[in-house]
Formats: sequence, structure tokens, C-alpha cells
Amino acid sequence: MSFPILTAIMLAPVVGLLLILVIPEREQLTIKITAAAATSVSLVLAILAYVLYNKGQGGLQFLQDIPWVPAFGINYSVGVDGMSLPLVLLTAIVIFTGVFASWDMTKRVKEFFIFLLMLVTGVFGVFISRDLFFFYLFFEVAVIPMYLLIGIWGSTRKEYAAMKLTLYLLVGSAFALIGIIATFLYAAQHLGQATFDIQTLATVKYDLGFQKMAFFLMLIGFGVLVPIWPLHLWSPDGHVAAPTAVSMLHAGVLMKLGAYGLIRAGVFLFPEGARYWAPLIAVLCIVNVVYGAMIAMVQKDLKFVIGYSSVSHMGYVLLGIAALNTLSLNGAVAQMFAHGIMTALFFALVGNVYHKAHTREIARFGGLAHQMPRVAAGFLIGGLASLGLPGLNNYVAEFLIFMGSFTRDQALLGGLLSFRILSILAISGIVITATYILRVVKNTFFGPRKPEWDHLEDAHGVEMVPVVVLIATLLLFGLLPSLQIDVINSGITPIVAKIEAAKAIGGIF
Amino acid sequence: MAALSLLTIEILTAVLGLALLAIGLLVPRTDRRGIGYVATAGLAGLLIVAFGMRDVSGVVLGGYVIDPFGTYFKILFLAAAILTAVCSFDYVERMGLNQGEYYALLVLATLGMMILASAGELISLYLGLELMTITFCILVAFHLSDARSAEAGLKYILLGAMSSAILLYGLSLAYGASGSTVIKQIGQVVAASGASPALILGTIFLLAGFAFKVTAVPFHMWSPDVYEGAPTPVTGFLSVASKAAGFAALVRVFFGALPDLHSFWVQLFMALAILTMVLGNLVAIPQTNIKRLLAYSSISQAGYLLLGVVSYSVLGIGAIMYYAMLYVFGNMGAFMAATAFYNNEGSDEIKDYAGLARRSPLVAAVMLFSMLSLAGIPPMAGFVGKFYLFTAIISRGYIWLAILAILMSMVSVYYYLMVARAMYLGNPPAGSQPVRVAPGLQVAMVVSLLVLFFLGIYPTPLTNYALNSAMTFFMP
Repeated sequence: MSFPILTAIMLAPVVGLLLILVIPEREQLTIKITAAAATSVSLVLAILAYVLYNKGQGGLQFLQDIPWVPAFGINYSVGVDGMSLPLVLLTAIVIFTGVFASWDMTKRVKEFFIFLLMLVTGVFGVFISRDLFFFYLFFEVAVIPMYLLIGIWGSTRKEYAAMKLTLYLLVGSAFALIGIIATFLYAAQHLGQATFDIQTLATVKYDLGFQKMAFFLMLIGFGVLVPIWPLHLWSPDGHVAAPTAVSMLHAGVLMKLGAYGLIRAGVFLFPEGARYWAPLIAVLCIVNVVYGAMIAMVQKDLKFVIGYSSVSHMGYVLLGIAALNTLSLNGAVAQMFAHGIMTALFFALVGNVYHKAHTREIARFGGLAHQMPRVAAGFLIGGLASLGLPGLNNYVAEFLIFMGSFTRDQALLGGLLSFRILSILAISGIVITATYILRVVKNTFFGPRKPEWDHLEDAHGVEMVPVVVLIATLLLFGLLPSLQIDVINSGITPIVAKIEAAKAIGGIF
Repeated sequence: MAALSLLTIEILTAVLGLALLAIGLLVPRTDRRGIGYVATAGLAGLLIVAFGMRDVSGVVLGGYVIDPFGTYFKILFLAAAILTAVCSFDYVERMGLNQGEYYALLVLATLGMMILASAGELISLYLGLELMTITFCILVAFHLSDARSAEAGLKYILLGAMSSAILLYGLSLAYGASGSTVIKQIGQVVAASGASPALILGTIFLLAGFAFKVTAVPFHMWSPDVYEGAPTPVTGFLSVASKAAGFAALVRVFFGALPDLHSFWVQLFMALAILTMVLGNLVAIPQTNIKRLLAYSSISQAGYLLLGVVSYSVLGIGAIMYYAMLYVFGNMGAFMAATAFYNNEGSDEIKDYAGLARRSPLVAAVMLFSMLSLAGIPPMAGFVGKFYLFTAIISRGYIWLAILAILMSMVSVYYYLMVARAMYLGNPPAGSQPVRVAPGLQVAMVVSLLVLFFLGIYPTPLTNYALNSAMTFFMP
């Protein structure tokens, strides 16, 4: 049996967690180093998996199967394809940098890293699971540590935000669970055997009515997490209240769980259902993009700007999913990765500023580039990525999404709307993005030097780890997009083949 | 005498109970702590015997059924009794009274539950029920110096007697309509001659009687007050074991004697399940006392268990059995943590739990994860249990019911998290000491926590055991 690389990626944080459990609370540095070591093992293995993945062959690789509950056909089965592999890498990068971004943490350090590692175990688990039962199980594992992380170590209205986030996610996941169980029972009847294996479930021919219902349940369940407008209300509050590392993980990775689940358990299993609901997603995602960006424009708190910009950017991912073709889905997955890295960078930098200045109010800042040139440079690069500057990863992703959705030929609302118009609206979101990002950069970092901030130290030492790693990633995949797109494409091809095979049916509008 | 060997567990339990009573009289008042240890060891021995007999089946005297289904529940009762006994060491000593009798009553209550779970005949079922109820009356009122405990005992006696009367009336109607007290024969008579109006009336009375015992809404009124007033370990035992015993007997009677009427009573149980889940969970939200909170939470748990009855399938029964078993560990875990806290602070108010995570990480973690298991959050065992229950009802086409049930369990997350909020987010009061927990209780808490994690991550052994036992119940 070959080395179970994916299981190792997932279990490295668990080992770290167990080690931290026995380290006394006062040994703060030891705890941090243990956490860093555990996450770096995950990162190295994830990079290794990414490099070793055979793009030519495609499909699921690094498989491992252990029968778990035979009576229900539940298997512990893991494997990654071109769609999940970049997201595993993303998770590994974000948690690794997140640990370094929390290096200054002094409050209840032991518990913090225990919960953080518990959270990331769940996230890894979701991306590597090929079994719907485990998929859901890991998904839920991530929720409760999040509550405690935000509730204990957060800022601004933390208890409210933590409870709101938890309830939103749990209620959403309740719908997904119903969808999963219904799919399982439907498939068990048709296959004559109980199974939760996603690939096997995808071979079942679900009737149209069932597809519509199941996809809708998945849409609500995972849509909350994306977050799709109008189910997004938990997300800005959650982002703002969360401590830095959790914001990074949260906006960087957790939202992607939603989009990933929507593609994997929604589009892949129920292509006809996806076609039916696609127009709804398409319209809502434009609200995400434009409304999110406009709200971001008027925020006074740095973190709220990033929080709403995430809502806006995830709208592009949804547009990519709604357009349902090769280009757009490629773009959607690439955007998940790119946005994850970019937003993690933002939160790391904002966390750095907040930690030193104890405020995030944009109006109080100005000219910070004088005191914190490295932070300012990092923020500017993140900003440029956010508005889709060529040469950075986000440009590639957004370009693909727009190409894909622009070429989609489907009339919506009885011909009143088309994907072409929606694409143009979505592209206009970039203009708004440019406005608010540049406004924030100008008001915070540029302008005359303010003496009240002269005591701020620039990022240095371990604080630079997240900045350097994240920017390097953005540049790498921005300049060499084929490194990323080839992998993703090998994962998207079978999904698109299923969509093409699904007979054309009228959409909801 | 082959038949008597089938009764090994029951006979040994009775012997243990009586022996404890005798020892209690012989040992001087000051040295009675040891009785708790003897009781625990004895119960552990019984657990091993019961586990050895898990595949034995047979019928004693025509009306007492030994089968894997019943033995599964006996193992469950013994596990709960052991945890309760360990939990009681300090608590009972603190009450300062009659330790010998306390443990003897605990064992005798267990015996009552065993008879209830194995009764294949209505009279022995009633005997088991009364043995359980009456011993519990004494246990609930054991805290003599506490008025609330006495009040709880009184309430339990009055309402318990009323519910027993209702059940007895149902039993007599069933006997009158079918001419037999043996459950199996009633089933045959009903299948042959159809349901008479008297039997339908009897069914309704039986349903109400059992609903009292499993605290289904609207027959739950007694439980919050009784749970709050009773000594904490007794509350834990009452909420897990007597409820499980009620379900065991309920399944035996309804699935054994009245399967031909199932389209009728499934509707009634569905109504009960909905009311129980909704009311139990919503009323738990404003509670400020941990025992009342757990009381309402345990009412709502009965609602989930009823879903298994509603599904009317092997899977449903298997799911009930699985869920009941881990409910023992989940709920006892929470009650053990509450007991540990009470032993130190003498308080059951949730606000006093503020900052508990700093004062005793173990107690806080046990409380948190036990509650997460009750709420059905993975990787705790409760999730798997709920998953089976929901699968059982969705397979019957009740998707809306499953949605309601899951949404209600999300409501439960809210009030469980309110406790977590106090423990983890709150600050300990100034000058507070670390919470001291007796070693025995610590071990019991850690064990039940590990069981919850283990069954949540690797549920296979218990799943197979529960499903196989459920299968033999349908196909003897």
C-alpha cells in the first residue's frame, strides 16, 4: 500500500492538536512551534501531492478506501481530483500562514491552537472525502471550533457574530443533510446497494423532479456558506469579529467549502437540477457582486471592507457555476483559490495593523506607508489582485469566468435578460472594486505622515511569513496560469461532460 | 431448569440489590462509602455477564422473553447504572444519608427496567414498570433535607401513579379485547379477527401511558420539576435509563401486539414526536438552571427517539437502540459534569458556570462535548445516531418531518452553546479556585467522553450490534 498522503495531510493537525493538549499552558512558544510544525507538514505534503498529481491521467488520485459502516455503505474513502487538489493546497497555505499571523497571540494560547487545528482538520477532510457521509461529517466538524474561536478571541460584537455565524451555518447544513440522505436513499433503491460514494452516486439517473428538489436543498445548504445573497448576513459580521487567523481561514477557505460542495454534491450529481436552478443563481450572484461591492465602498472599518469584498468576489464564483461550461467552471475553481489567497493576505495585514494600532477605523489612519512600508506594499498588491490586475492569479480566474459566462447562450426571464448582460454587469463590479480598494489604499496608507502612528513598527520577522508566502503564491499562479488551470481542467472535464449529457430543459425563469 | 439459566442476569441483579441492602445494615454508619464501590463492581460484573449473554434467546414461562433486543437494553441499563453509581460517591456522602439503601435502590430500579425490557407479557411488564417507578420515587426524594427533592418525589409519585393507572387501563382493555396477556398471542388474535373498538381505545391508553414514561409532550409535565429537584445523579439515571426502558417496552408492545394497527398509531406517534421535539427544544431556550435545561433537552431527545417508532421499520428500531445507547453516555456525561460542579460549588445555575473552562478544562470539555453529542454535531456519536433516525424516516418518505427534526436540533445547538458560552467565553469569578473532581468521577467522565468520540468516528461495531438485535426482534 502506498503512503496515504491525503490522510496524512488531514491527520497532521490532529497530531499537532494532541501534542499541544499535553504541553503546559505557559510554554507558549512551544505550543506555537508545534502548531507551525504540524501545519507545515500538511503544507509540504499538499505541495507534494500537487506536484505528483498526474494531470494527463486526470480523475481521482491518491485513493484510499477503508470500509467504515458496511450496513450503510459508508466508506472512509479519500482522493483528490483537479478540482479539490488546488483547494487542499489553498487550505494548507492559508492555515500555515495563519499560524504565523497569530504569532503575537498571548491570550489562552493553548486552547486557541487546539481549536484552530480542529477547525482545519475538518476543512481538509471535506476536500479530500469521496464519500458523502464523511464529506458532511467533516463539514460540521469545522463549525463548533469556529464558534469558540470567534467567541473567545474575537473583537467587535464577537458573541453576537459567533452565534449568528454558527446558527446560519448549521441551519444551512441541515438542508444539505436532508439532500444527502434523500440522495442516498434514492440511489440505494436504484443501485440495489447502499453507498455514499460520490462517483457511484453520480452514475444514478435521478428523475427530474428529484433533481430539482435535491439541487435546491444543496443550493440552500452550501449557498449559505458561499455566501449567496440574501443568505450572506452572517459573513461580514463573522469576518470582522474573528481573530486574524480565523478570518483568514474563514474567508480564505470556508466560503470555498460552500462553492465546492455546490459543484461536487450539486452540479455533479444533479446536472439537470443545476440547469433548472442556474438562472436563479445567475441573478442572485449579480446582486452579490454589485451590492457587495457597493456596501464595501461605504464601510468605515478595514475589516468590513474586506468582509464585503469577499461577498462580492464570491459572486464571481457563483457566476462561474451558473454558466455551467468548461471555461466558467475552470474560472470558478481558480477564483476560489485566488480569492482565498488574496483575502488571507488582506486579513493577515489588517490583523497586523490592528494588533499594533488597536483600531481599524479607516478615517483615523493615513500615510501609514511611512511607518509600515512593507504592510502598505503587501496591501497594495492584494488590492491590485482584488481588482484583477493581469499578472496576478485573480486576473486569470476572473477572465475565465467572464469568457465562460459571456459565451453562454441562454435567455433568462423569457428573453429579458441574458448571460451576456449579466456578464457585463458583473464586469462592472470590477470598476466598483477598483474604486473602493483604491480609496482604502489611499486613505489608509498614502497621504501625509501622521505623527500619532509613529510608534507603529513595520511587519518584521515571522510576521512577514504570511505576507511573503501569500504574495508569492499569487504571483506564481498569475504568471504561470497553466500550472493551475491544467490541473483544474482535468477535474472539470468530467463534470462538464455530465452537464452536456443532461438533456436541455427550461430553467426556472 | 434450563429456563432459569436464561434469567441469570435478572437473578444476579436481584441478589446484588438485596446484598447491598444487607451490607448497608451491617456496616457502621461511618464506613458506608465502600458500599458504592461494591455496587459499582457488582454492576460491572453484571455488565460482563450480560455481554456474554448477548446472543442468547429463549422464552421463560411463556411470557418472559430473553432475546438480543432485550439484552441490548440490559447492557444499556447497566452502563447507565455504573455511571450513576460512580457519579454518586461524593454526592451521596454529601447528602449524608443511608448510602446502603441508595445503591440498593439503584440496583433494584435497574432490575425493574430489565424486567420491563424483557417482558413478553402484560402483567410482568406492569410489574417491571412498578418496580422501576416505585424505587425511583424513593430515589427522587432521597435528598430529605431539601424541600425541592421532597416535592419532586411527591410529584413523581402522584403523576407516576396516574400514568401507571392509565397504562394499566390500556393493558386491561388489550386483554379484554384479545383474551390474552401474552403480547405475541394478542398480535395473533388481532391479525386474525381485526381490531375491536375496545382495542383501539386500549391502544390510545397504552400510548398515553408510555408517553408519560418517555416524557413525550403533552405528557411531560412532571419531568422538569422532578428532574430539577431530584439528586443530580438520580436525574441523570432517570433521564436516560427509565426513558430507554420505556422505549424498549413501547417497542415490544406496539410492534409485537399491535402491528396490524400500525397505520393508526404511527400517526399518533408522529404527532407526539412533533410536539415533543418542538416544545422540548423551544422551552429549553430560556432555562437558567442546568438541570432544567437538561430536563427539557431530554424531553426533546424523546422526540427524536419517537421518530424511530414513526418510521416503523427495522432500521428505525436499530436507530432507536443506537441512539438510546449513546444517549446514555451523552446525557450521563453532562450530568456527571453537573454533579462535579455541584460537589464543588453547590450550584446548578448556568451563570455560575462562567469561566469553568479556566477552572477545570476537563469538566468543561466533558460538558461541551456531551452537549454537542446531544445536539448531533459530528464527530460526536450523537450525529451518527440522529443520522440513522433521519435516514429511517426519510426512507418512509417523511422528508418534511426530517427537515423539522433537523431544524429543531439546530435550535438545540443554540441553548447548548449558551452553556458553552458561559463556560468558555465567560470569566471566572474573582478568587475562584480550580474545581476539584474525585478520581473515580474523573475516570468515568473521561471514559464516557472517549466512548462518545469513538462511536462518533467509528460507529460500526455498535451499529452492527444494534441492527442485528433489531433484526432478531422482527424475525425471531
